[in-house]
Amino acid sequence: MSGYLVDIKNERLSFFTPAGEVKSLNDVSLHVKEKEVLGIVGESGSGKSVTAYSLMGLTAYPGRLIGGTLEFDGKRIDQMTEKEMRKIRGNEISIIFQDPMTSLNPVYTIGNQIAEAVLLHTDKTRAQAAERAKELLTLVGINEPEKRLKQYPHELSGGMRQRVMIAIALACEPKLLIADEPTTALDVTIQAQILELMMDLKEKLGMAIIMITHDLGVVANMCDRIAVMYAGKVVESGTTDDIFYRPGHEYTKGLLRSIPKLNEKEHNRLIPIEGSPVDMLNPPAGCPFAPRCKSCMKICLREMPEYTDLSDTHYSACWLHQKAEFAAARKHPAGIDAQKAGQE
Amino acid sequence: MDEKYLVEVQNLKQYFPVAGGTLWEKKVVKAVDDVSFGIRKGETLGLVGESGCGKTTTGRSLLRLYEPTGGRIFYGGEDITHVKMLPYRRKMQIVFQDPYASLDPRMTVEDIVGEAIDIHHLASSKQDRHEQVLSVLQTVGLNSEHANRYSHEFSGGQRQRVGIARALAVNPEFIVCDEPVSALDVSIQAQVVNMFEELQEQMGLTYLFIAHDLSIVKHISNRIGVMYLGHLVELADSYELTFHGVHPYTRSLISAIPIADPKTARHSQRIVLEGDVPSPLNPPSGCTFRTRCQYADDRCAAEAPKWREVSRGHYAACHHLEKIN
Amino acid sequence: MAKLSFQLNADDFLPASASEKESLVVMRESVGFWKDGFRRLKRNKIAMVSLVVVILVLFISFVIPQFYPYTYEQQIRGSENLAPMQYSQTELTTMETGGKVFPHILGTDNLGRDYAIRVMMGSRVSLVVGIIASVLILFIGSLYGSIAGYFGGWVDLVMMRIVDMIYTVPDILIIILLSVAMDQPLKALAVKPGFQWIQVVGVNLISIFVVFALLYWVGMARIVRSQILILKEQEYVTAAKALGASSGRIIRKHLLKNCIGTLIVTTTLQIPSSIFTESFLSFLGLGVNAPMPSLGSLASAALNGMNSYPYRLFAPALAISLIILSFNLLGDGLRDAFDPKLKD
Repeated sequence: MSGYLVDIKNERLSFFTPAGEVKSLNDVSLHVKEKEVLGIVGESGSGKSVTAYSLMGLTAYPGRLIGGTLEFDGKRIDQMTEKEMRKIRGNEISIIFQDPMTSLNPVYTIGNQIAEAVLLHTDKTRAQAAERAKELLTLVGINEPEKRLKQYPHELSGGMRQRVMIAIALACEPKLLIADEPTTALDVTIQAQILELMMDLKEKLGMAIIMITHDLGVVANMCDRIAVMYAGKVVESGTTDDIFYRPGHEYTKGLLRSIPKLNEKEHNRLIPIEGSPVDMLNPPAGCPFAPRCKSCMKICLREMPEYTDLSDTHYSACWLHQKAEFAAARKHPAGIDAQKAGQE
Repeated sequence: MDEKYLVEVQNLKQYFPVAGGTLWEKKVVKAVDDVSFGIRKGETLGLVGESGCGKTTTGRSLLRLYEPTGGRIFYGGEDITHVKMLPYRRKMQIVFQDPYASLDPRMTVEDIVGEAIDIHHLASSKQDRHEQVLSVLQTVGLNSEHANRYSHEFSGGQRQRVGIARALAVNPEFIVCDEPVSALDVSIQAQVVNMFEELQEQMGLTYLFIAHDLSIVKHISNRIGVMYLGHLVELADSYELTFHGVHPYTRSLISAIPIADPKTARHSQRIVLEGDVPSPLNPPSGCTFRTRCQYADDRCAAEAPKWREVSRGHYAACHHLEKIN
Repeated sequence: MAKLSFQLNADDFLPASASEKESLVVMRESVGFWKDGFRRLKRNKIAMVSLVVVILVLFISFVIPQFYPYTYEQQIRGSENLAPMQYSQTELTTMETGGKVFPHILGTDNLGRDYAIRVMMGSRVSLVVGIIASVLILFIGSLYGSIAGYFGGWVDLVMMRIVDMIYTVPDILIIILLSVAMDQPLKALAVKPGFQWIQVVGVNLISIFVVFALLYWVGMARIVRSQILILKEQEYVTAAKALGASSGRIIRKHLLKNCIGTLIVTTTLQIPSSIFTESFLSFLGLGVNAPMPSLGSLASAALNGMNSYPYRLFAPALAISLIILSFNLLGDGLRDAFDPKLKD
């Protein structure tokens, strides 16, 4: 039993599609502490959204958990029945999605949809739920809440709809809020408002947030810790400062080098990561990033790298970290184990 | 009309009719409302703004993919607002945002890239066409193996390369880049941005680079124009605009962008704009930005601000520039 | 850090070559639109059975009559009204003297014509009429629909109102009027050189074709128009315009090509409909001229003797039902296989 709010260990999850088995999650381990903001950064195919959905038990057929454990608040999520999961969804763990237009039901009023969340998990009456809905709208910064309660999703702007999504997610004061690319579809000035709102609410309600995004700017501003995912694996994990100022994995380094920074005074050519994202139907053996890695070694093509601790808070999965150690070990005739024995 | 500009628009207006008007008063959306700018040969002009600002419409109207409601368009000094566009289509091309929607799913890469060659009769024989196509594909980093495949077999970044190859096939002088990297993964965006820059150097291209990501626009553009609800609110050198922007919208836009640097993030002063972007069906009177501007007053509601030169090459439209700066 | 779980050697940490990295990246096998569609079609058992039946029917109608010992208009004296597999006196005598007589599998009609070959020829006529009519409808309908859909505005408005008017026209009435009106002019034309086939085919059949060309294409036009309306908003159409493509080119090479699935399916489903219409008209006596049989006219002629010679009605009726059913099921199967919405 760890002291973490969320503890995922060695999760393996695949989708069994007509085209073949898509190994979406290939040994994912991460944890979230209470009231902490964890950022999960990755591109398409990295598995970042799937990780979050699996935490909510939303990866049904053709997806199947084929290994590992998922723990939330001490309870084993992966062993729960659908009925038990329903009690947790929307109640203790909530999620907000990228596109608020498709996540909100266009034929029900806003008030109706917020109240539904309340009614599902509490014993409140309809009137009480409506009252709570009004409270929540005010909480998320929507003015004229009585008027808004009666409106339909298409009558609101993108930013407003996202606020409504947040209101629905917070209806039962969850311990964990999962935000799956919540601002990707929004304008940047609206994004700033929403992110500020989320941080504000986090303080007020004391909840943890998992922020899933591909935008490094957003994680730099919002997150305490960051997990970088590539091709279904967490390739690096650490505090925000660790990741930005002491990146360990070649992928992380590549990402940081390839984004243009607004506050740069000179024009430096971007250094892109060559190649294309992995085809999850045919992932390569060995390190999934190998084909695109400038420092790829022969072993990288054969074997999946193991995790190396770079500090107490920071670890990364790359054979390069072992290289220096191994080079030292070559001088010692008995090999690595003996050298380590010598160190201990 | 300025001789030194390759492409120029003057007082461009693009209004779209919208359902719901009465017999007397047709309702319109003023997507682009009196926009003027010029682009010099070999230059990249960036156009930024948020949804509804009209930047994409401006790009497409410039190419007469929509017929402009008003104003004039010039190319190489000639007024092309009402002429037959076919000869100009060779010189003015476009790369689209969505690499999934902008390629015909039932055409091979060779046919997609070769279509322009066919339309403008640039090849003397089938073999010649084939060779031209392969040559263009090579320029964008694809090879003959890719030519016979269909677009759905490629990744987003590769499809975007096909789109770029298609634009390059006719050897254009000017390309409108309509959010060309927005739909791509972050690690691929840098590849494509670099390619745009290299092509510009090699082929002497002129770009109108439209995007909502100011970081990328600043990186690739010489000058940047900021649009809001169909109007240009500021236009200046990239560096000048980013660090010495004068218009309140420009400044809040810049401050809203999250910098990928935690230390800077902790110390940044955020100017957070209140409220949402007004509906383009019903834009505010006077200065369209006044509903979200902290400096707005009665004059802003009564009178639209004039476009004026603030310093050399730096233009903005606001009543209170002196007060703000 | 955990102990390494396997042995490494020094060479593993050498940099990997570019070719080694490339061998990991395998492009997925190219699957074209047709291959993919047919693969899906093969999985659909009902459609495959229907396909086999259709092929069988085509074989029986077009190939077998070439080798059949009897022709459809051949009247055999003395062999009138034979039951299936029955031999007439004359034939029995011939057989006794050592001659070979091919059995009348379905007996003969009241003029001594072998019924089996008449049913086969009837199928051929029905199929030819059905297929030609459907092809006519395909061309006229898709041309009309694509022009209306692509140009929109007034063009679309006027063209679609014409379609609406055509829908209201009673088809049987028009056919009767046309065949009456065209009777004399066509007969006059039939004696001129090069037009003899009119006598064989019959004025009635020609008026059927004329009516199909005038009236029955409207359904196809509507379907094509609605497809075009959706497709013309696609960005690749804008891209083609930006390249300088003319309207004709866009309609031909982009819009119609992307409708092909719909066109094939609609045409395949139009065939049984045309066959049914032709059978119905022939049944009423407005179809092919005697002695050429059509399934409908055979059924009509068999009505009178239904009690004494029931098989004369059942055979053509069964043939019509089989043809229509198998084409319908095949069309459904094709729609499922090629419908782009179902494609992942």
